[in-house]
Amino acid sequence: MTLEAFLLLAAALFCVGLFGALSQQSIVMLMMGLELMVNGIVVAAAAFWFWVSPGAADGQVLVLVAITVMALEMAMGFAVVTALFRARDVDTTDDAGDLRG
Amino acid sequence: MRGTVEAVAFWVLAAAAVGAGVAVFVVDSMARATFALLASFLCVGGELLLIDLHYLGVLIVLMMIMEMLVMAVFMVMYMMNPAGLMPMTMLHNRRGALAISGGAFAALAAGVFTVPWPEREGRPPRDPTVALGEAIMGPKMLVMMVIGVAILATMIATVVLSAHRGRYDRDRDGGEAAR
Repeated sequence: MTLEAFLLLAAALFCVGLFGALSQQSIVMLMMGLELMVNGIVVAAAAFWFWVSPGAADGQVLVLVAITVMALEMAMGFAVVTALFRARDVDTTDDAGDLRG
Repeated sequence: MRGTVEAVAFWVLAAAAVGAGVAVFVVDSMARATFALLASFLCVGGELLLIDLHYLGVLIVLMMIMEMLVMAVFMVMYMMNPAGLMPMTMLHNRRGALAISGGAFAALAAGVFTVPWPEREGRPPRDPTVALGEAIMGPKMLVMMVIGVAILATMIATVVLSAHRGRYDRDRDGGEAAR
């Protein structure tokens, strides 16, 4: 196990999530892509803590923040989907372009 | 010997985490996609256990089990194909997304192997969980306070957004009344 191996795993998870966030039509599937991207950030933060600065707890705190962001993103995402679904019976990104200029 | 076992465990878990992540966008059932994402999170939890982050590893495992079960319920509620009985695809701009994510991975991988990472400073504490607890109750308390306010704001915002008379609903009523 090395820092590079962990960062490679983080990059792979981040980019798989990026593919999902860019390509999925369903808002719920898009959120899954975002969760995978944050998952990659969790791995990278943990690796930096262990291999760069294990004496300080900064990396651990960053992991804690990233896990919280995952939960908040999911809660807000579902609230937005619920609001959209109530109003228009849609749950796809293509039908939710209100803020498009 | 211990190092070899850990290295094997790392690569097995890493392959499983990425494989399950890819499966999320490949399987044709929304419920299966949710559980594939859960598998990816569980593997990442295992990776954290390998580098002595026992509390955070277990936290990810427990939290993601609950989060993905909630997600599965929402999937079944919203998606037309929760059981995977009818194969379907719901993608747009697949080639563009593949090119962008592939390019991003190539750039990140190149950075991982070319950046001169700093030398390790300090040693892992005997109990990283105690170190984390002391940090968030001491010098990092502001971070925890902001997280607390963010959670409260999210709770209020989610209720306001998804309530029956929410923003979109009122907008629709106004639109209908104007008509």
